[in-house]
Amino acid sequence: MKKSYQRLEVNLTNNMKQVIHRRLGGNILRFSLIILLAFTTSLSAQDGDPAKGKSIFNTNCAACHHLDKKMTGPALRHVEQRLADDQGLDRDWIYAWIRNSAALVKSGDAYANKVYNDFGGAAMTAFPQLSDEDLNNILAYTAQEKAAPAAATGAAAAQTTTSESVGISNELILGALAILFVLLAAGLYLVNKTLRRFAAAQDIDLPEATGRKPLWKAFVENQFLMLVTAIFFLLASAYFAFGYFMQIGIDQGYQPVQPIHFSHKIHAGDNGIDCKYCHSSARVSKTSGIPSLNVCMNCHKTISEYNGETTPEHSKEFYDKQIQKLYTAAGWSDEEQKYVSEGEPVKWVRIHNLPDFVYFNHSQHVSVGGQECQTCHGPVEEMEVLYQHAPLTMGWCVECHRTTNVKVEDNAYYDKIHEELSKKYGVEKLTVAEMGGLECGKCHY
Amino acid sequence: MSSNKKYWKSVEELNENSSIVETLKQNEFTQEIPVDEFLGDKETLETSSTTRRDFLKYVGFSTAAASLAACEGPVKKSIPYVVQPEEIIPGVSNYYATTVADGFDFASVLVKTREGRPIKIENNALAATNGSANARVNASVLGLYDSLRIQSPRKGSESTSWEDLDAEVIAELTKAAGSGKDIVLLTQTFASPSTSKLISEFKEKYGNVRHVVYDAVSESAALDAYQAKYGERGLADYDFAKAMTIVSVGADFLGDWQGGGFDSGYSKNRVPDHGKMSRHIQFESNMSLSGANADKRVPLTPSQQKLALAKLHSLVVGGSYSGKDLPAKVEEAVQNAASQLKRAGSNGVVVTGIQDVNAQTVALQINEALSSKAFNPNTPIKTRQGNDKDVAALVADMNAGKVGVLIMSGVNPVYTLPNAADFAEGLGKTFSVAFSMKSDETSSLANYIGAAPHYLESWGDVELKKGHYSLTQPAIRPLFDTRQFQESLLKWTANDVSYLDYIKDTWGTGILSGGSFNKALHDGVYVGTIATETEDTTDASEEAEAPAGNAASALASSVKSDGGIELSLYTKVGMGDGQQANNPWLQEFPDPITRTSWDNYLTVSKADADALGLENTHEATGALNGSYANVTANGTTITVPVMIQPGQAKGSVGLSFGYGRTNGLKDEMQTGVNAYALYNNFNNVQNVTVEAASGVHEFACVQLHNTLMGRGDIVKETTLEVFNTEKSSVWNPMPMVSLDHKPTPVTSPDVDLWDEFDRSVGHHFNLSIDLNACTGCGACVIACHAENNVPVVGKEEVRRSRDMHWLRIDRYYSSEDSFEGDNDKKDNIAGLGSSLSEFSEMESPADNPQVAFQPVMCQHCNHAPCETVCPVAATSHGRQGQNHMAYNRCVGTRYCANNCPYKVRRFNWFLYTSNDEFDYHMNDDLGRMVLNPDVVVRSRGVMEKCSMCIQMTQKTILDAKRDGRAIKDGELQTACSAACNSGAMTFGDINDKESKVAKLKEDNRMYHLLEHVGTKPNVIYQTKVRNTTEA
Repeated sequence: MKKSYQRLEVNLTNNMKQVIHRRLGGNILRFSLIILLAFTTSLSAQDGDPAKGKSIFNTNCAACHHLDKKMTGPALRHVEQRLADDQGLDRDWIYAWIRNSAALVKSGDAYANKVYNDFGGAAMTAFPQLSDEDLNNILAYTAQEKAAPAAATGAAAAQTTTSESVGISNELILGALAILFVLLAAGLYLVNKTLRRFAAAQDIDLPEATGRKPLWKAFVENQFLMLVTAIFFLLASAYFAFGYFMQIGIDQGYQPVQPIHFSHKIHAGDNGIDCKYCHSSARVSKTSGIPSLNVCMNCHKTISEYNGETTPEHSKEFYDKQIQKLYTAAGWSDEEQKYVSEGEPVKWVRIHNLPDFVYFNHSQHVSVGGQECQTCHGPVEEMEVLYQHAPLTMGWCVECHRTTNVKVEDNAYYDKIHEELSKKYGVEKLTVAEMGGLECGKCHY
Repeated sequence: MSSNKKYWKSVEELNENSSIVETLKQNEFTQEIPVDEFLGDKETLETSSTTRRDFLKYVGFSTAAASLAACEGPVKKSIPYVVQPEEIIPGVSNYYATTVADGFDFASVLVKTREGRPIKIENNALAATNGSANARVNASVLGLYDSLRIQSPRKGSESTSWEDLDAEVIAELTKAAGSGKDIVLLTQTFASPSTSKLISEFKEKYGNVRHVVYDAVSESAALDAYQAKYGERGLADYDFAKAMTIVSVGADFLGDWQGGGFDSGYSKNRVPDHGKMSRHIQFESNMSLSGANADKRVPLTPSQQKLALAKLHSLVVGGSYSGKDLPAKVEEAVQNAASQLKRAGSNGVVVTGIQDVNAQTVALQINEALSSKAFNPNTPIKTRQGNDKDVAALVADMNAGKVGVLIMSGVNPVYTLPNAADFAEGLGKTFSVAFSMKSDETSSLANYIGAAPHYLESWGDVELKKGHYSLTQPAIRPLFDTRQFQESLLKWTANDVSYLDYIKDTWGTGILSGGSFNKALHDGVYVGTIATETEDTTDASEEAEAPAGNAASALASSVKSDGGIELSLYTKVGMGDGQQANNPWLQEFPDPITRTSWDNYLTVSKADADALGLENTHEATGALNGSYANVTANGTTITVPVMIQPGQAKGSVGLSFGYGRTNGLKDEMQTGVNAYALYNNFNNVQNVTVEAASGVHEFACVQLHNTLMGRGDIVKETTLEVFNTEKSSVWNPMPMVSLDHKPTPVTSPDVDLWDEFDRSVGHHFNLSIDLNACTGCGACVIACHAENNVPVVGKEEVRRSRDMHWLRIDRYYSSEDSFEGDNDKKDNIAGLGSSLSEFSEMESPADNPQVAFQPVMCQHCNHAPCETVCPVAATSHGRQGQNHMAYNRCVGTRYCANNCPYKVRRFNWFLYTSNDEFDYHMNDDLGRMVLNPDVVVRSRGVMEKCSMCIQMTQKTILDAKRDGRAIKDGELQTACSAACNSGAMTFGDINDKESKVAKLKEDNRMYHLLEHVGTKPNVIYQTKVRNTTEA
């Protein structure tokens, strides 16, 4: 397949050159077309392109099949070979099965019926739209050997080395500097000593330090300075004490240990899952909603192991164990590919706790105000373990209400009030505060 | 002319020399604050082992310890679903249509659920019949979370399993069927087509089965009369929206008369429209809600009522009147009523609450003669089907040993029967199963208690009136190991289908006629046309007795001169028949008339009280005390506290059912006395003897909490005639204040202390309350409780004026003439002859007062006196007109409450949510499930008050914002306005000029409460207009 790509490239380059070498280009084009056609025809007879196959597999098959693991359907690695070896079935049988398994089962095909019954009598979705080429690509993909996770480990290892090397160089520089300073100090001491010796040798009188009053004594005796200092210290301690006491009950940075190590970084960051896919009630409800386990299982039915980046602290095994915890909680058996128990709800530790007397509505901020989740929750997509980003104090709320404009576009609710209020305040865009968002009763009832 | 009536809140105010009224006017505290008591005398202080320095040390240490302890935040857990139900989004409410059918209250309602918990009952706007919830129905959601519910079936007092229960019951049923003994189903009125069908199948299976329907408060007479006349057992269906002249003889149709639910129709014609409104004349003995709302009320003893009805019949329908003569004034009133009815013709209607077949027949005859549009004989109401005779026969049979198995559901005869002892004795001779949510008086005596689910956990169907169906669906999975009566019947008839499928089947074959069951379930209601097969409840027994010959003359001649005092037994708006006696909301709900909670009492007229030596006194704190009286009927004597009731007919007394329960409820709720003990022959009128007893009873009455301070313009009232002929400045004048010695309207900015804030932008909420439409039913009070997590404080605290109701319904009595008029009259008396007669006429102006109801909540003043005195700015004003209260900012100085002219602020004296002294729903985990998660539960030491349901307005606004649309009129609601089924409360945005409330604000009946104070409230009232046009 790679060759055909190159061919295409040649093709393209040639096309560009056409203007200059029209005739020549035309010839080459014709030539290359012939070659291309030859390749294409030869393709059907050959194994497909695993890269293309992977993408087709992921779009069509991955919901029910995994290469190495039995899911809704059987594991598919080396399926063709397996079928050929064990059942003596050829590629045509596979074509027939994929395009319309139900018909095959109906026709009384023995192996088809066996598979059908083994997997709980659920017919596989028919894919008549997949061409022979597509199927070949898929089969090529399934025929690939399992890639050793060496690459990932290697990359990680490489990363650790680089970071380590940086650490070493820093230490080296610092060490060198320290030695330099020691040398300098020693040099100074030696110079001083030598000078004194010179002075003694030449009978120069070094003036002795006079018995002046020590500075601290003078300071203590100066009442004015004492008073000022005392006032300063009192004020300073009051300032810090106030600051300390105002921190009570504010849990900014609160990062409790959760029963399942759920990494927002992996989900929202690495995989780019939209916040509201899981926290869907944020759109319509006052709570954003901690997703119920059936939402987790939407994806995790097929994702039973972690294959992303790891750190020494959080290894692949560590993450896989977390997914197992989810399975236990949801009552899912990965081996049997079905729910085997009622499950046990996960007791998450709540991080964002507003006091009872505050009414906060997510949908007001998310759906109506169009705020990004990150505005209040911080860079969640970078948080390995979620913590409270904002102080969640009233001052913090009010600050934002003072500076944020109301999103009035395409919202008929605001038409009249915005027109009248912006005229009244003489502004283009109203802030939440101007809209009445600082009134006590809007949040306290 | 403007009405110069003086309104007064209690008879005490009429006493010119009353020191209490004067003290209350002058002082906030009538008693000296006992400083000495808590400081102690000097000697004790000196000998105390705790020195001042020690004290300071302790204070310092405990403060430091407390602050250190406070630094550690608790770890909160957040536990999501394993599999989240599709329809549940945490934080978003779901609504389900269902139906209450507890045998006393029947209503199609919406249930608001949050995270799967039902938390509030609301009106079902789709319902054509009984779509409005009264106070009890609103409160019924709390019954679901009653901590005393039994959690599994019981054998005696031991828990058992349903399997064991089934096995034994089926064995007993088979035994009874074999031995020829009776099997009796004693149930409430289900009015359920499916249950009827099921019972028929049960009868087929076991033979010898009798179904006895028992209503605790009987309507048998009305049912018998209707059955005799129209051949179908039901109650006459009245629509008061079609009546312009209403005459009621002893029927409290705004209360629980014949199942209730008539108030929304009634209110439609009470608001003057193009100069017209209905005219309501009420003849009654107790002061009832209907009497309080009537244009003309004539107090009559029950036997006089019978005569009046017979007389009315002869005047309207014709025929001679053979009864005794009525007093001249009454005679005149009856004649007037008759002529008005005749003039109204088909726009007139007559109803009666006299429990007498003849009386009920007479009422039906009059309506027929008038061909009243308000009376629809085609759709009889099915919500009462009890048969007194069958019940009486059952008790006899039980004691004779004829009954083998007795299965009860929804009834509590040991509490509600006058011959409860006989029933209890009979119960010992039969094998009995009682389906009940509680181990109550009856079920605790039965062999088995079938733990019954709450209606919010059950399936069911109801035929409210002929062809009008309603469905009950569960809004939560059963909290306990309960099984409903119908499921059990299915089990015992060896039917494997669930009751839901059974209902579907019944509806599919008989009711829906092709309609969708799911749609009916979604709507909660279905109006069909096909008559269903109803179970023949009268099967073996003979047809109801037809009234002999001329009902009217029979009625008139049934009145014998007795001379004794007549007792009218009634049901209170708050308590009904007593099923919900363990509901703290209802216990604390002040009766609309007496404004007393946590009690029932004997209502006595002032004249009778004086004659019997009974008295009501006020303590200096404003708390009410009353003497006790012994009431004896038919050999049974009970001792009840006495309440002197203005408007009570002389020679009559009243006592309400529903109190005095002893089993299955908390100690605090065991209040009052059981009036069923006097309910002989299921007759609500009994001849009794009353005598004073010793002792003083302490009432929890919220009546004299805040005196009127002589401000007579609180309730503005005028007559229809004046309203139609005079300018509004005459009957609704703007208060004037003096500016530079010139009268200036109080609304003028020149006389205002405050600068006006521009409220023309955005929303500006106003709540309009129409005093004409308000019947005082109190549904809003309970709805407010449920919506806003208002705590229950208990009898003792209510007595200390510490009730927490954010919304109260003030009830004012007026004397028919002004006090000035009385004084003039007194001054003009000349000579002995006229003084004797005129003094006797004047002797008691409180004999028959007119009544006005006025719901009062925070008025959300634009120029609020409370806001300016708060030292910490905890209460402030929003642009949208609401007066905000930031609880977390409040330090509890109570300056605001002192400065509030409306006395609507409530102070949290205790931490009602975790204080064992207040053992109500907020103090147990189950009861807390009813709390509204959108409203904070207030802590001790903070002030609270009506927020104009800011959580609801904010939600409506947010929904509109999310949808990107403007808000439509009617979308904005408060809990009270949504609960109001008489249309008295209208909430909305007055900046939306097309809105209903904006128009009401411009209405010439509009006035503000205490307008002369200049507070510019956002709650507006509509002047009450009375149709006093005689003849």
